[in-house]
Amino acid sequence: MEAAGAAPLVEPPRRSTMLATMSDAALQASLVELIRRTSTQLPDDVVRAVRAARGAEAAGSNAAYALEVIERNIGLACDKSQPLCQDTGSILLYVNTPVGYDQIAFHHAAEAAVRAATARGYLRQNSVDSITGANSGDNVGPGCPDLHFHQWRQPHVEVKLMLKGGGCENVGATYTLPNPSFGGRDLKGVENAILDCVLQAQGQGCGPGILGVGIGGDRVTGMACAKAQLLRLLDDANPDPVLAGLEQRVVAKANQSGIGPMGFGGATTLLGCKAGALNRVPASFFVSITYMCWAFRRQGVDLAADGGIARWLY
Amino acid sequence: MAVIPLTTPLTEDIARSLTVGDTVEITGRLYTGRDAVHHRLHHGERPPVDLRGGIIYHCGPVMVQEGGRWVCKAAGPTTSTREEPYQWEVMRDHGIRGVIGKGGMGPKTLEGCQQYGCVYLHAIGGAAQVCAERITRVDGVDWMDLGSPEAIWHLWVERFPCIVTMDSRGGSLHRQVRAASEQALAALKA
Ligand code: SF4
Repeated sequence: MEAAGAAPLVEPPRRSTMLATMSDAALQASLVELIRRTSTQLPDDVVRAVRAARGAEAAGSNAAYALEVIERNIGLACDKSQPLCQDTGSILLYVNTPVGYDQIAFHHAAEAAVRAATARGYLRQNSVDSITGANSGDNVGPGCPDLHFHQWRQPHVEVKLMLKGGGCENVGATYTLPNPSFGGRDLKGVENAILDCVLQAQGQGCGPGILGVGIGGDRVTGMACAKAQLLRLLDDANPDPVLAGLEQRVVAKANQSGIGPMGFGGATTLLGCKAGALNRVPASFFVSITYMCWAFRRQGVDLAADGGIARWLY
Repeated sequence: MAVIPLTTPLTEDIARSLTVGDTVEITGRLYTGRDAVHHRLHHGERPPVDLRGGIIYHCGPVMVQEGGRWVCKAAGPTTSTREEPYQWEVMRDHGIRGVIGKGGMGPKTLEGCQQYGCVYLHAIGGAAQVCAERITRVDGVDWMDLGSPEAIWHLWVERFPCIVTMDSRGGSLHRQVRAASEQALAALKA
């Protein structure tokens, strides 16, 4: 843990060729393509998990029927290049940029791309003024799209996108420990709180679901940590053995609950659980849980210097 | 799994003949209606269409205009429980015989199903393309001022797949699974 993590305090800035050459038009086209692909094709790790879940359900059951329809839906959306689910959700962009990269220009390009993708039907008109109820019609407005910028020391820009539907977002929750029903400020309390969330969410978040969990932090950073966990591959292993154990226990127990796909009853309630931890202030202990539906739309790209797509990430 | 074909409008007898666990395929008219529509009906506004014998679909579809016609690009169900305060009233006042959505609904709706002869049909949540494939025509739209996802779309469907999860005899798959899973998870507590 010592030498590897200790980066020099001041690293010489690496000059990014991107700063000079990336055109707005190319960047925007790449982002539209990222949105199209995210909205219409599930990443491979999720497709594999859905297929495995179908094999685990009893033939002829309502659960098997639900997963059959879901698999057919995944194929149809991909073939027709149309949204997997009509709720194309909140648009969450996680962007890593080289030092000196113009984030304001990126923000404008992202808004333009969102408008274009909405006009083409890859995104539903999904941005509603919370006071007046008016729909902006183009998915742009306060907080939409939601951009998370981070600087990094790589020379290129990396963009990850998640589309997170409202049905599953509604069943996320923040718990505080200690709590008389779940326990104290320890892993047992955390585990019981997570399983309560699974119980309460049944039927409503289009299961089988995937949980992102943030342990600690505050009400904002804890949930942000939970959501960022969903950027991990479903079949990765948490490098922290304690969190890895928690993730496995939660999935195993949830799948013994009998809730099943869509809450129809069955063997697969969760396709995964991904947990991270943040430091907290002594007075608080939050367990923030975000629930993602089976329509787990996340994709990412590395951008080339000219703004084109160099590589797909999932 | 035998599939029961249904054609709209539904009669009370047919609605009452369905039981929890039945797989059905609907052919005919569906009207979309979600939060804002139920809110308006609750406040006494008259529906712009005749809902008698009809089926309300909790759905906010993706619609685009192609060559002057509306085309449905995606149309899976949305969470129904938000309409729990209002749904029984729509059964009583407007004579609907079916509600399609996801996640099931609560005791008021179950009571309404029993009293007025209605059934809750669970579509497969998120399966927007399978659902859209079975929507063969979009024949009109009302209350567009609510925004496209909240408007009343007049859909024509052929063999639209659903599972009956709440029936007119007081049966609810949601209640069953909830009770069983509560017990199972209590036994698994850390
Ligand atoms: S929870 Fe997910 S799959 Fe279900 S309707 Fe919402 S976005 Fe679609």
